Amino acid sequence: MAGKPMTKTKKRGIASLGTLVVVAAVYVLMRVFIASGSLSAYVIGMINLCCINVIAAVSLNMVTGLMGQLVLGHAGFMLVGAYATSIFAKESGMALGASLPIGLVLAGVLAAVTGLLIGIPALRLRGDYLAIITLGFGKIIEVLARYFKGITNGAKGYSGFPTFNVNKQPDGLFSYVFLVAAFVIFFSYTFGTSRHGRAVLAIREDEIAAENSGINTTYYKLLTFTLSAFFAGVAGGFLAQYVSIIDPSKYDFNFSIEILMMVVLGGMGSITGSVISASVLTLLPELLRGFAQYRMLIYSVVLIIVMLFRPKGLLGRAEIQVIKPFEWLLRKFGKKPAASGKGGEGA
Amino acid sequence: MSRKIELQVEDLSIFFGGLVAVDGVSFHIKKGQIVGLIGPNGAGKTTIFNLLTGVYAPTRGDIYLEEKSLLKYKTYQRCQMGLSRTFQNIRLFKDLSVIDNVKTAMTQQMHYSMLSGVFRGPGYRKEEREISRRAHELLGLMGLDEFAHDYARNLPYGQQRKLEIARALASGPKVLLLDEPAAGMNPTETAELMETVKMLRDRFDISVLLIEHDMNFVMDICEYIFVLDYGRIIARGEPAEIQGDERVIEAYLGGDALDDEAEDA
Amino acid sequence: MYFVTQLLNGLGIGAIYALVALGYNMVYGIVKLINFAHGDIIMVGCFVIVSVLGWGMPAWFAAICAVVFCALVGMLIERVAYQRLLDQGSPRISLLITAIGVSLLLQNLYQLIYGSSERTISRLFPLPDIIIGGVQVSNTLLNIVVSLAMMLVLRMLVDRTKIGKAMRATSEDPGAAMLMGINTKSVILFTFAAGSALAAVGSVLYANTYMFARPYMGSMLGLKAFIAAVFGGIGSIPGAMLGGYILGVAEGLNNAYGNSILTDAVVFGLLIVILLLKPAGLLGRHEKEKV
Repeated sequence: MAGKPMTKTKKRGIASLGTLVVVAAVYVLMRVFIASGSLSAYVIGMINLCCINVIAAVSLNMVTGLMGQLVLGHAGFMLVGAYATSIFAKESGMALGASLPIGLVLAGVLAAVTGLLIGIPALRLRGDYLAIITLGFGKIIEVLARYFKGITNGAKGYSGFPTFNVNKQPDGLFSYVFLVAAFVIFFSYTFGTSRHGRAVLAIREDEIAAENSGINTTYYKLLTFTLSAFFAGVAGGFLAQYVSIIDPSKYDFNFSIEILMMVVLGGMGSITGSVISASVLTLLPELLRGFAQYRMLIYSVVLIIVMLFRPKGLLGRAEIQVIKPFEWLLRKFGKKPAASGKGGEGA
Repeated sequence: MSRKIELQVEDLSIFFGGLVAVDGVSFHIKKGQIVGLIGPNGAGKTTIFNLLTGVYAPTRGDIYLEEKSLLKYKTYQRCQMGLSRTFQNIRLFKDLSVIDNVKTAMTQQMHYSMLSGVFRGPGYRKEEREISRRAHELLGLMGLDEFAHDYARNLPYGQQRKLEIARALASGPKVLLLDEPAAGMNPTETAELMETVKMLRDRFDISVLLIEHDMNFVMDICEYIFVLDYGRIIARGEPAEIQGDERVIEAYLGGDALDDEAEDA
Repeated sequence: MYFVTQLLNGLGIGAIYALVALGYNMVYGIVKLINFAHGDIIMVGCFVIVSVLGWGMPAWFAAICAVVFCALVGMLIERVAYQRLLDQGSPRISLLITAIGVSLLLQNLYQLIYGSSERTISRLFPLPDIIIGGVQVSNTLLNIVVSLAMMLVLRMLVDRTKIGKAMRATSEDPGAAMLMGINTKSVILFTFAAGSALAAVGSVLYANTYMFARPYMGSMLGLKAFIAAVFGGIGSIPGAMLGGYILGVAEGLNNAYGNSILTDAVVFGLLIVILLLKPAGLLGRHEKEKV
């Protein structure tokens, strides 16, 4: 009887190891490509931006996808993180290689604390209040950023903090942002399949039944919301590095909606869905520059249509495993047919 | 006959605006007892469950589980203390697997930290293995193990009811509250359910309080029955006594009991 | 005197918040949806006025056109965007996201049609001067009178008419209402139409008071109106009115004595404080979810 789950665990172990190898290989290859100068600064920039948006989308997916709570102020947490990282990098006087990691952690912590402060009143209430409160919070942060000119330089934008020099160190930002993106994906997947994650999923499914199953829903909501804010702060820190200036008006409601789009389109609850649609939605506007003025219009129509006909998003809650294509290749070239079990367990 | 009193309810009352939904209800359930709560639609049966589990706060009265008042505890705490329930209109975690439904209710029996869960530490592995074994065992007991990795929403109706009972058991209750467990079941399924409930009571040493409209079910399985009408207990006793009670027959057949059908929903 | 001026300014905009808040309240009461697109209906109304005046029509005709057109847009939105989700009993989050989609769609559509710059509107209703303490208050008074009248009309509609009774029934328990022979779908449609018509009345007052239209004008206005609805108590008609006026006055006073850059922060801060202290709002009743 114990045999069945045992093999399952073992197989999953191999799959995770395989995934790790693939991710590491991609990382090394990319750094080699960048170092050899075969990618233009523009392309490297796009890859960095994809990774940043992946961090933002995957972190929002934790609250909106896994927990089923709508957050409309994700950009606000990113703005907090952006200032934290950049101000620290400028004021500490350390070399960027040292100040960036510390600054990013600082960004996460500050955003998480902000999240906690927002979450305590908002998450006590059921229903749609979280959406409104986070929307309001996003607005407040933006307004405050413009108001405290002494610290943020207001609407003119905060700049002059150290960033990586693209010519001297083309893979500088990439070496951080890719690893962090991979970590956030890993974190949100393993979190989602732990006891804490199951409680969070239960809240999405039926809050009342979750409470009647002994789950302290307020605690888990606050935990997830805070974690999500933490990673959003980190994403914001990276974004400031990428753009090299912080204009508070860029971190507005529309930006929050763009990140929400990435989560919703990919499939609410699907981490790989968030990753794919974050990448696609980052690259698409670049490819369709001529349509820039129609972008939000198209977004809104797509949003409505997806909600009407595929309310759980394009991928639904399914995950795509990085290892799967390799398994397929393995099968194709006639080693052994790996049996795939029935899906369902985990996220 | 001097079994320990497990759950005790004293003068429980709740008013919604001017409406008296539950009025001065007192009863107790002894360890290992299966007790029925019956009455016409709108009598306040589900409201009593909601009061017991803390969905509503009573206007008056008190609830004791093993002599400890529950009033200051929240729903999830009451569940952890040993009071778990099923719902009249099944409330499963539909998009989770059958086994995850059960494991979710065991969340509080595990103690590994969030970081141990994220990085798959030894605590995670040990406890998850143990929980997985227990969940499979529980599902096996309910005849659901073959569906362990299916989505809960794909189960047939009768199995969904069973899964809800399994989930309620998973949190390790002392008193199990079943809200119309036999609703929508055919006679064979109902008979099977009867055996299951008795088996669970014996195996887990729990008390059961159940709301049910199927009189054969109630009369067969319950040691003791309370009859509720307009929020008051109008009769109590063993099945044989209840069957002959005139007030009960009156409550069910006479009067305007059918008029307020929607209220109990 | 400066205080009085700002107070009156606050009441003037508060009357408009109140009208929009009524619509939020009605829709929320019936389908439990925060209709994010509701604020944008004001924008639609203002642009109807811009267009109709542009054709050389009189102001009263433009006002009527705005009300009718907005009611139709409200119904169209319900039919196209929400009905399918409501029928399927989709999760609230899907409905909310759809509502956000509709709001963005309206904003961007109007930006494409009318451009992103501000359109000025000439004063719709030139009123005789009423001066209190050296301040011209005729428009403020008009706003207040109209909003109170609308509240009374809505109150009568909900309390005295058959459709009002059906609305109350649907909001209480849609399933039971349907069993009692109420066509809940038409009730929902009517609610959207009525709510949008009220917002259109708000847009007429707005156009008359502030004399401009902009594609994004509705989003902040709508949010503030929603906050007013929450403040007063979701589900309560006088609550929406009260919330609207309080919010307007708070904003006016902040502009006068605080810092106007911070107005939006103050308003949302206020919302968070209310939700902390009194989640059901000033005049609302707290509803428990059914189990």
